[in-house]
Amino acid sequence: MDDKYLDIVDKHSPKEDRLKNAIVSFIAGGMLGSLSELLLRGYMIWFNLPRKEAGVVVILTLIILASVLTAFGVFDVCVSKFKSALIIPITGFAHSMTAAALEYRKEGLVLGIGANIFKLAGTVILYGIVSVYIFGLIRMLVMGG
Amino acid sequence: MTNKFNNVYVGDSYTIASVYEKDGPIADYFDKVYDKDLYYGCDTFEKAEEKMLSDSIENLIDKVEYKDSDIDYVISGDLENQIAASDYALRHFDIPFLGIFSACATFGEGLLIGANLIEGKRAKNIIVSTSSHNMMAEKQFRNPTEYGAPKKKTTTWTSTGAACMLLTNKKGKIKITSATCGKVQDKNVTDVNNMGAVMAIAAADTIERHLVDLNIKPNYYDLILTGDLGCYGKEILIDYLKTKNIDISKNYEDCGLILYDIKKQNVFAGASGPASSALVLCSYLLKEMERGKYKKILLVPTGAIFSPTRTFQKDSIPSIAHAISFEVSE
Repeated sequence: MDDKYLDIVDKHSPKEDRLKNAIVSFIAGGMLGSLSELLLRGYMIWFNLPRKEAGVVVILTLIILASVLTAFGVFDVCVSKFKSALIIPITGFAHSMTAAALEYRKEGLVLGIGANIFKLAGTVILYGIVSVYIFGLIRMLVMGG
Repeated sequence: MTNKFNNVYVGDSYTIASVYEKDGPIADYFDKVYDKDLYYGCDTFEKAEEKMLSDSIENLIDKVEYKDSDIDYVISGDLENQIAASDYALRHFDIPFLGIFSACATFGEGLLIGANLIEGKRAKNIIVSTSSHNMMAEKQFRNPTEYGAPKKKTTTWTSTGAACMLLTNKKGKIKITSATCGKVQDKNVTDVNNMGAVMAIAAADTIERHLVDLNIKPNYYDLILTGDLGCYGKEILIDYLKTKNIDISKNYEDCGLILYDIKKQNVFAGASGPASSALVLCSYLLKEMERGKYKKILLVPTGAIFSPTRTFQKDSIPSIAHAISFEVSE
């Protein structure tokens, strides 16, 4: 009996357009990357910065841009169009923190924003640090540092 | 078990809808639309939902020219933790209050309890109400409100609105004739983004028991409506009932597909939330029954009564559906 119901559920569960979403994400994400590279070159020329420091300024620019777009309620609309292209880069990280901060601001600075701002981004930080540790260890053992 | 009623009538109703609903096909049927934004002048979404619900109850009492003391009970529930919208809205009234929860089937549970209280002569006038707020549901069950992530096609869109109905023992044009209480169903569906698949089984069970108890065929009703199965859940229900030799394909629709136009509006599989079925019933259906388009309808609000914590613990999602029948009295 259970099987019959789950078969009918399967029959009426639409397939997600994975290939289409992947292509959209690839193109949009690639464009975001290319624009960032242009910006990087720009910062190097305009502010006479070395490449490494210009990179940090580009990241800051993207974070600010994503947070402002989230605050104005535009970012989630963009995500519905460009899919994961905006979620995977640093813009997604900034967006998750701003969204949480906006949501909990009425619950106070400590128990609201403070306790909840890393609600989604905390996972990225935790497993980011854990994987950096593991890969660092592998690099040290295999390549000697 | 199906209760039959002889003395329960629909006194009147009041609906307040919001920004997404006013773009839907039945926008003209709402009593009021709060469409400037989703705050309605309040500083939080929580207070906005409370305002919507208390305004709708207040406006219903004014509309029928009653006082608080004329109402014996308000039965209300919503999707917030501790059914907070209902609890906080009812502090503005001097009326005995019963708080209930069946997720999106809450309005059905309220009507079932209310109709039984009136039929049992324990009360004369009862207001049944419910509300949902898109942003509150996002906050309660999903991600932070402004958080955007790609969504699946089977996702439903929580409706924003409040609806209330006055049940009374005074003779009126529309009668509540019977109610079938739902049983909790669980077919091991774990996908929180496919609530239609979670809840279709509950609707199927309740509809089947309703028809058997009353010994009637689906075509007894002009229209059978589920609460918020969406376009995919609707197909699942039709196909599953066919395996039980019940054909509802000709006179069945889902309220989630009446409230929104899924082809024009970006709402994925359709509307959800307790307000979905309540708004459609209290505006479109009642008015069309009064005009004579429908004589007999069966409303089956469907609810996924799930806890996000249990879902994270990899548990499947239980669901429930209650059936209430309305008939134009002679």
